[in-house]
Amino acid sequence: MPNISRDEVAHLAQLARLAVTEEELDVFAGQLDQILDAVAKVSEVAGEDIPPTSHAVPLTNVFRDDVVRPGLSQAQALSGAPAAEEGRFRVPRILGEE
Amino acid sequence: MSDLTKLNAAELASKIQSREVSSVEVTQAHLDRIAEVDEYVHAFLHVDTEGALASARAVDADVAEGRAPKSALAGVPLALKDVLTTQGIPTTVGSKTLENWLPPYDATVTRKLREAGVVILGKTNMDEFAMGSSTENSAFGPTHNPWDLARVPGGSGGGSSASLAAFEAPLAIGTDTGGSIRQPGAVTGTVGVKPTYGGVSRYGLVAFSSSLDQAGPCARTVTDAAMLHEVIAGHDPLDSTSINAPVPPVVAAALEGARGDLKGVRVGVVKEFAGDGYQDGVLRSFEAAVEQLRALGAEVVEVSCPAFTYALPAYYLIAPSECSSNLARFDAMRYGLRVGDDGEHSAEEVMSLTREKGFGAEVKRRIMLGTYALSSGYYDAYYGSAQKVRTLISRDFDSAFEKVDVLVSPTTPTTAFKIGERVDDPMAMYLADLCTIPSNLAGNAAMSVPSGLSDEDGLPVGLQIMAPALADDRLYRVGAAYEVARNDAAGGSLVHRVPSLEAPK
Repeated sequence: MPNISRDEVAHLAQLARLAVTEEELDVFAGQLDQILDAVAKVSEVAGEDIPPTSHAVPLTNVFRDDVVRPGLSQAQALSGAPAAEEGRFRVPRILGEE
Repeated sequence: MSDLTKLNAAELASKIQSREVSSVEVTQAHLDRIAEVDEYVHAFLHVDTEGALASARAVDADVAEGRAPKSALAGVPLALKDVLTTQGIPTTVGSKTLENWLPPYDATVTRKLREAGVVILGKTNMDEFAMGSSTENSAFGPTHNPWDLARVPGGSGGGSSASLAAFEAPLAIGTDTGGSIRQPGAVTGTVGVKPTYGGVSRYGLVAFSSSLDQAGPCARTVTDAAMLHEVIAGHDPLDSTSINAPVPPVVAAALEGARGDLKGVRVGVVKEFAGDGYQDGVLRSFEAAVEQLRALGAEVVEVSCPAFTYALPAYYLIAPSECSSNLARFDAMRYGLRVGDDGEHSAEEVMSLTREKGFGAEVKRRIMLGTYALSSGYYDAYYGSAQKVRTLISRDFDSAFEKVDVLVSPTTPTTAFKIGERVDDPMAMYLADLCTIPSNLAGNAAMSVPSGLSDEDGLPVGLQIMAPALADDRLYRVGAAYEVARNDAAGGSLVHRVPSLEAPK
């Protein structure tokens, strides 16, 4: 039985905001299944008593003094925007039709 | 080919300071070489001719007016991987998503290079978002290995490694998340170093997997790599994971190593990195390298690191998980590509259409794999278990480094494979990083140094050296000693045996 079905891949693509094609779904479902099969090996050695590591170098929160420092100007921040209007990012509509 | 492009960085820097040659002449020689051969190699995505010559002129002015050099590498050209931001100069990360993006700021690595008077020639090709082992995942076409143009130069930093082997640049910057500096170094006969995680700032490094990504030096000699390491390393308040500790004395260590004495140095051979899946010629080259280390006076012992065999699967859960989160920022709203903004499609639809169009297949695969590994119901079995494996790998390193000073292995199981050979088989592609991944997961320092040509195919092989976190200097001492001994035995450096590219087949 596969680890992951074509429908699950379609759901993942939707969660990840990827408008994948039908052909891609076929290819990705097979490949993701193969990859998951190989990586599932990690559970063989992941005993209850082993603490997880999220980061190689343990660090606690790093703070700086709360002082104003130079940042990007408004023009710089907007310089790469796909669309800008009145000094702001212009975005497509965010509400539904109804 | 101009003789200037055959020299290493240390030689060029010294000739520039002694006014034997100007930085403009050196820079122009490399720009000419790029113009001559890059249509066959395709190491560069962008060449900044004007910017490079302007930086070179500034260094020449310093020399003419007797000002102290900005660094030991002032005036020396460098190829910068296109994953580090450069203000006003394209930074594409090998992706259509950022094809036309001009960053409004410099990465810390870029800033340090500029402040050191290093001449940035341009930006090098890479697998999209640094995801890949062959540079075939670049949206702008693959890079070709100068040793055999039909083969890959490794990845993700194949543009950087190929630029060195093609003598288009004496220095390059790479980034290493699972081996993307060391593996390209190995298959092109060049030197690549992944510093200790946190040793070089990630500010302005377009993030793939933030707990693993690390920028580092690429060069044709160990000493050149050490000199570049010193320029780019050091604490940076703009990267909260940057280590606030002095940079290890890497240049001094390389110079000490080059004297050719490793008496008292304990070297551990990782038992797990041999056997099935390893090319015979790679293993023979590795065994010869170990013999050479022994001849230099090192004590060689075998060390077992059983968790290392779980490193590859753990990596292919952790890196995709972090990437699925990091790449969420490419939402078509603030910068980069936007597709489908026609007044009809909603913001969410525009995001999905843009990401579908802007990302290549490997990036999509990893985003979905990471989304899956982090989703509720699967989190513990996949991502959670991978994090535990990470602990086990660190423990294996810790116990190994109680017994030895450095560990060694082949850098990669095979020599450079043919372009196209593995593109449809993700798992086969992933195996190229089998030996390099443990040091990314544990965060320690590691280097690849050329160990000769594989006897069955005549292609370069790399020796990997691994050292504890913050002991990067050990890599340079052992690497430089080995390099000198190998070059002496072989009658010269490996990379100078690369075929001429002037008349490609």
